[in-house]
Amino acid sequence: MHPAPSLIAFTVLSGLGMGMIAWVGLGLGDWDHTFGWIAGILSLMVGGIGGVASVGHLARPDRAWRAFTQWRSSWLSREACLMVTAKVTFTLYLGFWLLLGIELKLLGWIAAALAMATVYATAMIYAQLRTVPMWSGTPTPFMFMVLSLTGGLLATGAIKGLVGLETPVLYSLAWLVVAAGTVIWWTQQAAGAGRSLDGSTMETATGLGNIGRVKMLEGPHTGSNYLLSEMAFEVGRARAFQLRKIGAFAGFVLPLVLTLLALGVGGWAMLIALLCHIGGMMALRWLFFAEARHVQALYYGMR
Amino acid sequence: MTTLPERTEKKLGLVIDLDICVGCHACAVNCKEWNTGGYGAALSDQDPYGSDPTGTWLNRIHTYEVQPHQGEAQIVHFPKSCLHCEDAPCVTVCPTGASYKRVEDGIVLVNEDHCMGCGLCAWACPYGARELDAAAGVMKKCTLCVDRIYNENIPEEDRVPACVKSCPAGARHFGDLSDADSEVSQLVSERGGLDLMPEQNTKPVNKYLPPKPKDTPVPNLNLAKLAEPEAKGFLGWLDRALEKI
Amino acid sequence: MADGSQPALETSPHVSDEVRKTTCYMCACRCGINVHLREGPNGAPMIRYIEGNRDHPVNKGVLCAKGSAGIMQHYSPARLMKPLLRTGERGSGEFKEISWDEALGTAAEWLAPLRADPKKLAFFTGRDQSQSLTSWWAQNFGTPNYAAHGGFCSVNMAAAGIYTLGGAFWEFGSPDWDKTKFFMVFGVAEDHDSNPIKTGIGNLKSRGGRVVGVNPVRTGYNAVADEWVGITPGTDGLFILALVHELLRSGMVDVDYLRRWSNATWLVSREPGEDFGLFVRDADGKPLVWDRATGSAQPFDKPGLKPEMKGTFTAPDGGQCQPSFELMASKYLDPEFAPDAVAQRCGISAERICRLAAEIADVAFNQSEEIAYPWTDFRGETHETMIMRPVSFHAMRGISAHSNGFQTCRALHLLQLLLGTVERPGGFRFKPPYPKPMEAHPAPHSLTTPNAPLGGPHLGFVRDPSDLAIDADGTPNRIDKAFTWENPMSAHGLMHMVISNAHAGDPYPIECLMMYMANMAWNSSMNTSSVMEMLTDKREDGEYKIPKIIYSDAYSSEMVAYADLILPDTTYLERHDCISLLDRPIGELDGVADAIRWPVVEPENQAEGRDVRCFQSALIQLGGKLGLPGLVDDDGNPRYEDYADYITNHQRRPGVGPLAGWRGEDGEGKGRGAPNPNQIDKYIENGGFWLEHIPHDCLYMRPFNQKYQDWAVEMGFFDKPFPYVFQMYVEPLRKFQLAAEGHGEHQPPEHLREQLKMAMDPLPVWWEPFEQAQVDNSEYPLHAITQRPAAMYHAWGSQNAWLRQIHGENPMYVPGKVCDEHGLKSGDWAYVSSHHGRIKVKIARMDAVNEKTLWTWNAIGKREGAWALDRGAPEAKRGFLLNHLIHELLPPKGDGLRWSNSDPVTGQAAWYDLRVKIEKAEDGVEMSEPRAEAQKSPTKAKPEELTYGKEW
Ligand SMILES: Nc1nc2c(c(=O)[nH]1)N[C@H]1C(S)=C(S)[C@@H](COP(=O)(O)OP(=O)(O)OC[C@H]3O[C@@H](n4cnc5c(=O)[nH]c(N)nc54)[C@H](O)[C@@H]3O)O[C@H]1N2
Ligand SMILES: Nc1nc2c(c(=O)[nH]1)N[C@H]1C(S)=C(S)[C@@H](COP(=O)(O)OP(=O)(O)OC[C@H]3O[C@@H](n4cnc5c(=O)[nH]c(N)nc54)[C@H](O)[C@@H]3O)O[C@H]1N2
Ligand code: SF4
Ligand code: SF4
Ligand code: SF4
Ligand code: SF4
Ligand code: SF4
Ligand SMILES: [Mo]
Repeated sequence: MHPAPSLIAFTVLSGLGMGMIAWVGLGLGDWDHTFGWIAGILSLMVGGIGGVASVGHLARPDRAWRAFTQWRSSWLSREACLMVTAKVTFTLYLGFWLLLGIELKLLGWIAAALAMATVYATAMIYAQLRTVPMWSGTPTPFMFMVLSLTGGLLATGAIKGLVGLETPVLYSLAWLVVAAGTVIWWTQQAAGAGRSLDGSTMETATGLGNIGRVKMLEGPHTGSNYLLSEMAFEVGRARAFQLRKIGAFAGFVLPLVLTLLALGVGGWAMLIALLCHIGGMMALRWLFFAEARHVQALYYGMR
Repeated sequence: MTTLPERTEKKLGLVIDLDICVGCHACAVNCKEWNTGGYGAALSDQDPYGSDPTGTWLNRIHTYEVQPHQGEAQIVHFPKSCLHCEDAPCVTVCPTGASYKRVEDGIVLVNEDHCMGCGLCAWACPYGARELDAAAGVMKKCTLCVDRIYNENIPEEDRVPACVKSCPAGARHFGDLSDADSEVSQLVSERGGLDLMPEQNTKPVNKYLPPKPKDTPVPNLNLAKLAEPEAKGFLGWLDRALEKI
Repeated sequence: MADGSQPALETSPHVSDEVRKTTCYMCACRCGINVHLREGPNGAPMIRYIEGNRDHPVNKGVLCAKGSAGIMQHYSPARLMKPLLRTGERGSGEFKEISWDEALGTAAEWLAPLRADPKKLAFFTGRDQSQSLTSWWAQNFGTPNYAAHGGFCSVNMAAAGIYTLGGAFWEFGSPDWDKTKFFMVFGVAEDHDSNPIKTGIGNLKSRGGRVVGVNPVRTGYNAVADEWVGITPGTDGLFILALVHELLRSGMVDVDYLRRWSNATWLVSREPGEDFGLFVRDADGKPLVWDRATGSAQPFDKPGLKPEMKGTFTAPDGGQCQPSFELMASKYLDPEFAPDAVAQRCGISAERICRLAAEIADVAFNQSEEIAYPWTDFRGETHETMIMRPVSFHAMRGISAHSNGFQTCRALHLLQLLLGTVERPGGFRFKPPYPKPMEAHPAPHSLTTPNAPLGGPHLGFVRDPSDLAIDADGTPNRIDKAFTWENPMSAHGLMHMVISNAHAGDPYPIECLMMYMANMAWNSSMNTSSVMEMLTDKREDGEYKIPKIIYSDAYSSEMVAYADLILPDTTYLERHDCISLLDRPIGELDGVADAIRWPVVEPENQAEGRDVRCFQSALIQLGGKLGLPGLVDDDGNPRYEDYADYITNHQRRPGVGPLAGWRGEDGEGKGRGAPNPNQIDKYIENGGFWLEHIPHDCLYMRPFNQKYQDWAVEMGFFDKPFPYVFQMYVEPLRKFQLAAEGHGEHQPPEHLREQLKMAMDPLPVWWEPFEQAQVDNSEYPLHAITQRPAAMYHAWGSQNAWLRQIHGENPMYVPGKVCDEHGLKSGDWAYVSSHHGRIKVKIARMDAVNEKTLWTWNAIGKREGAWALDRGAPEAKRGFLLNHLIHELLPPKGDGLRWSNSDPVTGQAAWYDLRVKIEKAEDGVEMSEPRAEAQKSPTKAKPEELTYGKEW
């Protein structure tokens, strides 16, 4: 699938934002006001940027509001609705806490839950597509949520460190390990899924299998078209391997080291860890799209 | 609206005969010609006279080469447009409600005034039957010529899809596939009409009639059997033949 | 809609303000179209939609891809808008716009002096559907140098058909689609009958009929064929004659049919001497047959005879003679035509040839029926029944575009005659005004007189050497050397030799080349690169070797850049035209038809500054200026204002004019009648065409059917009944053979005797295609051919925004086996070379193709800058023409002579004789070669994006 920058930014940043909301909502900040202000606003901002990126992906952003109407059936619509409710709830929670000094634990938990539900919905936009086995046949929602929480933890943790609170180093290390594991697991599943999770082949696509082996002789047009540029994106093995290495190193290895460092040098090390992690996630998310193969491409002879 | 109707009163669709499709592209071009001025005008073209001409089409003709286990390779021309699936994933994924399946005839349409151009429906379609128009920024797809088939402004006999009317080979049939007695349903049962990618569980309404077996000699024929001569040779036979006349 | 309701939908939207019915011109099939007009933004009518006309005899409502893209053709940015006068060097594409007065004035100025020596003008028209006008114009100018494109197109098919059956495949007849059960198609990708063939095959197969495709490539019709015979190019003649051998051997021939309806019974002289091989005739020239009842020679058309078909008899003059049937039978029963003898060369196993012969015979004779159908033949004998022969054949350039094409087409007609399927229900049948025997056509005229018209039509059918267009010392009268010993029966001329000969001044130099609708600087020429040089080559005095070139095109083609004066034509929706019975008529098996085009929109409001003129009108006005006989009245004033005026008022013979419908003041006349001022309106009322059904009781066996013959006279096809029998044995051919053998006063040059002896055989023969016979086949082991893409029309489809998305470039399809040998895979680039040149192409692997044959789509490659396309257009970057490899001449034989690469009987260009080799191109540059430098385009700006129909 075509790895659109807007979609990569959207999924990574909104995921990060939701992760932060989750941790703040769960009370990671021990009701510290400075932390509350910084983490609260940052998480809303990061999530916000993600949201903007997603609108940027639309050909008719002026009609984006309509995306709130179909929550009954559409994961994209649900994602939109959940994102907003999560942010509103979270804002209320912050408001009570930081402005009125009323500490509503429960509301925080609800916000956290909604945040995770949002990430789940985001993931389901892709995971629901049987047409892309690499997304639908793999633990995509789980991976999205774990990554969201990992990023969120690194972020909130860094902030804690910077405002002089005790940084959740061990937590973070644990989460990073879990996240890395999840990514490896997902990647293995994905490698297996290929394009024929449901046994879709050029033969089933054309119904000509009973005659023999099918190959495309002539495409419908000699030029390109929307379908080809959107669904038939092909990425070179070497390039993919490089990116995966970079993603793993920047996304997990460096953050692990830096987080350990944080024990000694303090929170700002986790800030760098976070930035590396985001970079790594961007790389891996690029692959998430670029490597995903759509059954439509079978009609264009791409087995 | 995005949730699929429980059931539709009719299942209008196309039955495409791969045994006689000569791959002439008439249906594809006539489709473009009708629709660029019809429902959801226009179907735009980018760089039309340049180095990378592309455009929006609702129907495209592929050509496949099929190699049987033994025997010579065969060529099959393969037109592809929206199959108006009963379980249309393109509809349920739509966040705006722009995509919907009509209750009265099962036609899957995009309400272009509501579409926000997110492209998700095109991702959800296994068949590549939806194209996002680069000029309008909205999703385009086969409308089953909904603006022809009921249109009081054109003669009754012409109230069929543009591709069906134009197909020189008569390889495209239009009708109600929910009615077992309809000409299209009959064709499907006689010729063993196929679903594309049944494993995707989209329950396509459009059906494809497979090519008849090729390169199979007419059974038990040989010239010796037909032949009279040999005895006194051809010219001898000729005498007898002339006698008979 | 979260509330769950569907949007309200307008299911009866307004479609168009008006529908106008005319004739398509996106190709030569000439289908009827309904053009939907709707008001555009600037208030002028725009084309909303073009659909097939259900009532039209040709397409019955369907429409092909090209026709459906008519909108894009009509609004193409490559349209020429005003007359152009060349300002830069030829080929550069630099012009200035001039007025029509200036344009016609200049043309008249250039042409007037040439009337003193009329042959200094060569007027050749390509994709011309008004040949009855253009040829008549040329005739009145007085030049012998006129022809249309048939010479490089399919004259082999046309000529072999006329000489043998009195009509060919192509547009003159077709299979009886409704009744045939077995259809065998040779070498057809599209044909002119584009839509009817598709409809026919579709119906036939849906009825359970069987289609067999004989073609090196298995696309299109051959893809849907029930059986595909992947024959080796150039060997169809052998394959067909092997089928003939099998049918004869097994007695599967319709003896009675041949005896009554062909010249199989005619007595052929066996007396050595100048009559050897000619028919034995009586005093008044009637061919004789041997009647076994009376044991005497009798005129063939005498009723109640029982003619012999074998035996040796003594003719009245005492000479020995034999029925032609025996000559034919003994020839093809010879083992040289046995399946085993030909199998290897054809690439078809002997078993398969036998099986196919059996299948054909089975359908022809075991599945035939006799239907009650009373009719009377020309001998006056009445018949109660009609035999149905549900076997039909069709063929086109696959067999005709070879140097052995004429005789191969003849072989196929022989096969049909043996089966007795021609003009029978279920077989091959003619479309009126055909059948029409060779005798009903004129002989060619080529003798010029200063300032006077030519003696008669340029093109025709030679009967014997005295009809050749050569002077006493054998110098050709025509610039294209048509009707010479090199190609005696070149009934359509040799347009592909004109530029080459004019450049070489062989047989003589010309002053002005005037052309219409032919892209001769590109896809219609062999050896394209050299042709472009010939067009720009100059004499010592600095003048071009071809001093003046006047050309009419509607679009900015490659040829436009090479002309000095351009007469911009209208598009097909802006013009008057007639599809005339005097020309290449439309029509169906059971009816005669003709049609018109008329301006369904006016050029003026179709683009700003558009000032174009229908070429035929311009030509008529030019003729008026030149004062050509026939084009001016007795006081020397122009006789016709424009083409419409000519169509309505011109009479070729008293009562017979361009259009056959609604003649006479009252408009009641059919075929005959005085001009009717309202004729064109009548056509418009009727949907743009006229169709008259043949009386239902004379639909078959028309060459011999008395009633049909009378009807044909009534309709004006002939002035007296013209019954005839099929010419299985073609005597005119034999007359040229005799000359080659040294008989008669007209003698061929020595170097051509052997070729003539071989080629002018009165019975079908096969010889190895010339190029193949000459080049080293181990060096050039492969064949290379082209095919028509259904969704493109030659060069002119590429300016079409929709069609060029389908065919924007063309790969060279290479058989899998060859790919493996050369380590090629799809997408690789390779050099393909012939004895003459080398091209660089992108290849694609294909297995459903003859294992020795490369092929590509025809005419996709373009010259940079042509057709108002961007420089980087894929057509110019990656598309290519095979033409660069095909030479108009054969490789030199060392005798210093120019041997043209064409059929020795008709001069048809031998496009498909090409032999090549292929090697991988490793340089990694992904661009086709050769590359002609870009031409400037005289056209205006073009859109970056199209949103046609947005306004509605
Ligand atoms: N869409 C479309 N239609 C057209 C045209 C067009 O450009 N586009 N052009 C029109 C014109 S001008 C013409 S003349 C007609 C021509 O009509 P066709 O004769 O159908 O056109 P070609 O493309 O020459 O097809 C020749 C066919 O013969 C095959 N062939 C080549 N060599 C041999 C051989 O030795 N034996 C056999 N059996 N087959 C062989 C080729 O594979 C090809 O399929 O089409 C007309 N119709
Ligand atoms: N390699 C190879 N070469 C071939 C063939 C092949 O099979 N293989 N086929 C040969 C055959 S059969 C043919 S017929 C030729 C065809 O070759 P051409 O006849 O040269 O090709 P066309 O594209 O028909 O172009 C004719 C010209 O007519 C112009 N034109 C279009 N419409 C109009 C109009 O309304 N008025 C005027 N005045 N001009 C118009 C076009 O712009 C174009 O310049 O190609 C021949 N060349
Ligand atoms: S028009 Fe008919 S024959 Fe041509 S491609 Fe379409 S379906 Fe096939
Ligand atoms: S074919 Fe694709 S677009 Fe059409 S209904 Fe089915 S899923 Fe939707
Ligand atoms: S592109 Fe339009 S129709 Fe498709 S899912 Fe998005 S909003 Fe719905
Ligand atoms: S039904 Fe109409 S919209 Fe659909 S493919 Fe045919 S012509 Fe196009
Ligand atoms: S075959 Fe196509 S292009 Fe040719 S006349 Fe008919 S509709 Fe027009
Ligand atoms: Mo042609």
